[in-house]
Amino acid sequence: MVFVCITFVLVWISLFTGIKNIQFSELFTDTEKWMFFVISRIPRTLSLVLIGAGLSIAGFIMQQISQNKFVSPTTAGALDAAKMGILFSLIFIPQASLISKMVSSLVFTFFSSLLFMLIIRRVRFRNTVFIPLVGIMFGNILGAIATFFAYKNNIVQNTQEWLLGDFSAVMQGQYETIYLILPIVVLTYWYADRFTIVGMGDSFARNLGLSYGTIVNVGLFAVSLIVSASVVTVGAIPFVGLIIPNVASMIFGDNLRKTLPYSAFLGAIFLLICDILGRIMIFPYEIPIGMMVGVIGGIAFLFLIVKKNR
Amino acid sequence: MKNRNIVILIIVILILSSAFFMFYKTGANLDYVLSRRGIRLATMMVVGVSVAFSSIIFQTITNNKILTPSIMGYESVFILFQTIIVFLYGDRSFKVISQESNFFYAVILMMLFSVLMYMVVFGKEKQNIFYLLLLGMVLGTLFQTLSQFMQVIIDPNEFSIVQNFMFVSFTKMNTRLLTIASVTLIASLIYVYRYLKYLDVIALGREHAINLGLDYNKLIRKFLLVISLLVSVSTALVGPVTFLGILVTNLTYELFKSSKHRSMVWVCSGIACIFLVAGQFLVEHILKFSTNVSIVINFIGGGVFMYTILKTQKKR
Amino acid sequence: MIRFENVAKKYRDTEVLKNISATIHHGKITSLIGPNGAGKSTLLSIMSRLLKQDNGDVFFMDKNLSSFKNNELAQHLSILKQSNHLDIKLTVKDLVSFGRFPHSKGKMTSADWEKVDEALAFSQLQDLRDVYIDELSGGQRQRAFIAMIIAQDTQYILLDEPLNNLDMKHSVLVMKTLRRLVEDLGKTVVIVIHEVNFAAQYSDYIIAMKEGVICYHDHVSQVIQADVLKDIFDIDFDIIEKEDRKICNYFNL
Repeated sequence: MVFVCITFVLVWISLFTGIKNIQFSELFTDTEKWMFFVISRIPRTLSLVLIGAGLSIAGFIMQQISQNKFVSPTTAGALDAAKMGILFSLIFIPQASLISKMVSSLVFTFFSSLLFMLIIRRVRFRNTVFIPLVGIMFGNILGAIATFFAYKNNIVQNTQEWLLGDFSAVMQGQYETIYLILPIVVLTYWYADRFTIVGMGDSFARNLGLSYGTIVNVGLFAVSLIVSASVVTVGAIPFVGLIIPNVASMIFGDNLRKTLPYSAFLGAIFLLICDILGRIMIFPYEIPIGMMVGVIGGIAFLFLIVKKNR
Repeated sequence: MKNRNIVILIIVILILSSAFFMFYKTGANLDYVLSRRGIRLATMMVVGVSVAFSSIIFQTITNNKILTPSIMGYESVFILFQTIIVFLYGDRSFKVISQESNFFYAVILMMLFSVLMYMVVFGKEKQNIFYLLLLGMVLGTLFQTLSQFMQVIIDPNEFSIVQNFMFVSFTKMNTRLLTIASVTLIASLIYVYRYLKYLDVIALGREHAINLGLDYNKLIRKFLLVISLLVSVSTALVGPVTFLGILVTNLTYELFKSSKHRSMVWVCSGIACIFLVAGQFLVEHILKFSTNVSIVINFIGGGVFMYTILKTQKKR
Repeated sequence: MIRFENVAKKYRDTEVLKNISATIHHGKITSLIGPNGAGKSTLLSIMSRLLKQDNGDVFFMDKNLSSFKNNELAQHLSILKQSNHLDIKLTVKDLVSFGRFPHSKGKMTSADWEKVDEALAFSQLQDLRDVYIDELSGGQRQRAFIAMIIAQDTQYILLDEPLNNLDMKHSVLVMKTLRRLVEDLGKTVVIVIHEVNFAAQYSDYIIAMKEGVICYHDHVSQVIQADVLKDIFDIDFDIIEKEDRKICNYFNL
């Protein structure tokens, strides 16, 4: 319950931080400020919470299914696939609406995740750390393919821009795809045990009467939905799906049902803190969240690795 | 096919591709064209040999066929460096830092990066090389994010300067740089050559290598240093070569059945040069510069990567 | 002579070896037995310098193990742990010839090749000499690695569960080979073994470990006793004497 409180506090702070100075009392008197609040602040804060929770859950699912602590959207090429999807929709459907970008992204992410799972099963390497490395290379390949097309269409710089995680442009009317994350969260909670079982292997799962293929597909679909919704709305946010579940399981253990909510809240809190800091640190300018998370997340991950290496 | 025939085949194809590259459609200004092409050919050879040596050595000491030095993050350090320069100096970049200094600093930075990493990971006894790679990977992503951030802010005209560094290019010529790179390459090769036979033993794994009397830790350090130097130099010379390594090593393993590293590295070099020369020829004359040779290579390299993974370890 | 004093090793928070000391008998086969997690493999790794101890010293030929140059050590001491899954194109002959590396440094003389042939003969692998190791069965590969160790021709041979993956015929063959190496060539062998009967039949001395300490270190006849074994393994034993050697029945008791 502590977490819920912390989240609320942070949400509050997030709602009232920014270039435009808005006081709580003013909300009811000043219509202009109210509009701004509704159009920009609320969507932004909501996105932070949902995406933070969503990405952690996505990471959690992936880690359960692959039985590997280091698998996540960042280290399995999912983020790169999502980017690729958006790029393709932009190149081939110039008037791409948000929905078509989303769908394209979803399709790419889903199939790349399937491919990645296939790869993992083939690589029966004793070393846990090998898998995320393969995932990174896989992501690099996808990135190279995407860059090829970007290069041809002369939009390399633009791609960097769209795809670097940034919450400052979140606005009402453009972010609603995020809400898709909510049902996914519920689904994941319901399916939690099944994901763990499936992580133990095909024969193990079948022995318990579960269909390995179906559950993996459901899990990956959930992950793809979360990742593509996030990337389409705010761009790529690395490391969240990797760090948060690991931290959560270090503190609360690996029991899914128990840890999942903590993981979600932790993710939301993490993003809220990063974003608030990003808004304050070089006020009135903003540090894009992709960078904040990249730096903080990167250092946290390093810490994790070094600790595990002992 | 027998090993010896493979070697002959490679040499023949290499000579042929080089000949095509040099003499195809030279047009009127023979001297000029030949000298320029000659330099480009030489550059490709230097890069090909560097990539081949560093990748084969790397894969042996990490006991795998899938990862290459690029995963350690060198390239992101390089791009970050170039991005910072353009970020700070805009289109005055070339006046402030000459091509030679740029090269020099880039190499130093990349070497520093690898030395730092080795120190962190090889500090303790349990030297799991994969932790080194994971560390490199994370730092690589970190640097990439920083670069992206700066790239977004840079003026689009100036961005094209950075873009030039993001892709491999054999068109920027600089004989002095090439000479420096060649000398470095040759020096590294001379240094590492006598240790190559130890790679045969290292291929058996750490425990067998130690059992058979090798000074394992020392050797690994030497090899990593040489790898860093080779990768730094070739990246600084032409840009990131990402997937060329995995492409040529796996082709070498497929075609040339041997465990003797002394010969493997040369066969691999031959294959690497063929790819670069033929690839560049393709890009210049057939695809008419509509794409870039690194992209072509990454495509193919990526495919080989997938293929290798999907077919491994399906036995016992 | 191998001797270790006060050797301790910790993995994370678990003490795997708790200040143990012993001297290995020269020119004999000593088996290391004990339940899972007793520390046998760890001890063997430390004795062979593959692993560094947290505390204590290992002495080899009266010099501290850590003071040896690795190449020199490799000519006197060899170790085989569980053989890895190897993914390289090596023939059996090539693999076994690697055993000569500490002596030949890669340049094989005819004397070296003789040793290789001897090792292949000892292990009954002559027919497989030109087969690639990744085409062998697990047991054949294991024997190839053992042949490599034999070719290395060291005074001291340390083996970690060498009989894994071997069928009965070849397990017996390996143990008989080790006995020959000791009796005919005066080598000293230390071997971690799971199945207590192989230890009982083929060793001269036994070191029994439990939870990181050495609980027994004695001549084989003293250790292969029902009460002693029960203390070590926590199950009942029925010892049958046959022609000077003992057989342990621990099934269905």
